[in-house]
Amino acid sequence: MEVLTLSAHELYERFRRKDLSPVEVAEVYLKRIEEVEGRVGAYLTVDPEGALRQAREAEQRWRNGDGAPLTGVPLAIKDNICTKGLRTTCASRILYNFVPPYDATVIKRLKEQGAVILGKTNMDEFAMGSSTENSSFQLTKNPWGVERTPGGSSGGSAAAVAARECVAALGSDTGGSIRQPAAFCGVVGMKPTYGRVSRYGLVAFASSLDQIGPITRDVEDCALLLEAISGHDPCDSTSAPMPKEDFRACLGEGIEGLRLGVPQEFFIEGMDPEVEASIWEAIRVLEGLGARVEEISLPHTDYAVATYYIICTAEASSNLARYDGVKYGLREGEGDLREMYLETRSRGFGPEVKRRIMLGTYVLSAGYYDAYYRKASQVRTLIREDFDGAFDRCEVIVTPTSPTPAFGLGEKVHDPLQMYLSDIFTISVNLAGVPALSIPCGFSGDGLPIGLQLIGKPFDEATLLRVAHAFQQETDYHLRSPENLTRGGP
Amino acid sequence: MKISLQEVEYVAGLARLKLSEEEKELFTGQLNTILQYMDKLNELDTADVEPTFHVVPHVNAFREDEPQRSMEREEVMANAPSRKGDFFRVPRIL
Repeated sequence: MEVLTLSAHELYERFRRKDLSPVEVAEVYLKRIEEVEGRVGAYLTVDPEGALRQAREAEQRWRNGDGAPLTGVPLAIKDNICTKGLRTTCASRILYNFVPPYDATVIKRLKEQGAVILGKTNMDEFAMGSSTENSSFQLTKNPWGVERTPGGSSGGSAAAVAARECVAALGSDTGGSIRQPAAFCGVVGMKPTYGRVSRYGLVAFASSLDQIGPITRDVEDCALLLEAISGHDPCDSTSAPMPKEDFRACLGEGIEGLRLGVPQEFFIEGMDPEVEASIWEAIRVLEGLGARVEEISLPHTDYAVATYYIICTAEASSNLARYDGVKYGLREGEGDLREMYLETRSRGFGPEVKRRIMLGTYVLSAGYYDAYYRKASQVRTLIREDFDGAFDRCEVIVTPTSPTPAFGLGEKVHDPLQMYLSDIFTISVNLAGVPALSIPCGFSGDGLPIGLQLIGKPFDEATLLRVAHAFQQETDYHLRSPENLTRGGP
Repeated sequence: MKISLQEVEYVAGLARLKLSEEEKELFTGQLNTILQYMDKLNELDTADVEPTFHVVPHVNAFREDEPQRSMEREEVMANAPSRKGDFFRVPRIL
């Protein structure tokens, strides 16, 4: 159906010209979800009633000539972002029945624009994982190959965008959780600069690393969504006091003379040869547009995974101490208070969450704090300084998003360290706090998408979007869509 | 061995997690593998390096001390696993 092919900025034009109505579009998407969800499993909660109500309100706004860029655009939201009155589980048993009494700031901003929220998407429990297999409730399958994972932790959001079960989605990225699933599912995903987007209402995993960001079909939609959700928020003391930016203004300006840094450390042994070939091909496309390629070095790249898994687990063990069975969520256990804590947490958390709480508690415990947590925080400084140095020589760093295309369901789930190592190209970005996005840049021989990662200077998302947009003008990878997802397909 | 089964039990207690015997064995093995990998960081001399705990410069975010509306009590209490009127009910603590 033609409606399903339209991006958010294309829908905006149709709504404005009254060629389409938000209710019509919402109905098309709700029907699409019914048709393909059985094969994809992207949503934990679909909210047809709420979506149609919001669509009717959007329709009224367009009738009144009061439409904003996202008025009537159907979106999906990762299930760790609080939506007032709509169940928000973090894909965890411990929050299986939690109905937030408030909207996250990003949701408030989307609702102010009149966006339509179709539902909440699957994820690794508490965003801990790289394949969405750690969800306590269901598996999500990659729309490009249903025996493959969609990546994670925002796997439901990325799969929903790829399978055209929504126009665009929000995810969250602590170590690559937007960019890696975007790469695996052949869509655009951005982790903004730390502080660009308010974290108020995002269920905390690792507070010094978490950022909410858009997952979209193309770069213009990414700019549109980022514009909608960004900006200072008094409810998040780490949100940056930056003025609102028009991220679409710079699209189409071209990249003549721009310096692209290619870090030698990212072209490692073990990288999939098809991924490597696609990345070099993409770099040649950007060179063809007038960019200059510089070889650069990020010498501490090899230490990023170890650093990250100390810092993120330490922060997680502290953040997740709040799940005690008292005020919301699951409560288990007869007997005394300690028994209630133990039973609630042991039955409420899945294995990966327990593993990370254990690791985080250990690295923060007396006698080990200096050896692990302090040491990792010092190495984090070195990783940050690597980026500072690199950005003296280039404006944008170009790397693969992931060393391989989407791996198979069940392939890494029993080997935590192998799963952690699959984040090797994305996590240093979170440690340094800089922005990065992933765009589709090719396909493997098996027809699986490959992602190109662009990393920028702090608060320079505009340049990332400009480069990514220039690339999409020259290529058609972002226009392709997986087939055979409707019932009766092979 | 970086971490023993006894230490795993101790850490689980700190984190208020009750682990089954199988989980204790599994986590002891897996945490050892992960902690061994983390030893990699000791290759780096960081004696003179300041730690980074946060990438944005930390400043206090002040606001005017004015009363604001809080969330609706009933909506907040609606999530309570157990309640008595407007109170959260918990097991006896004294």
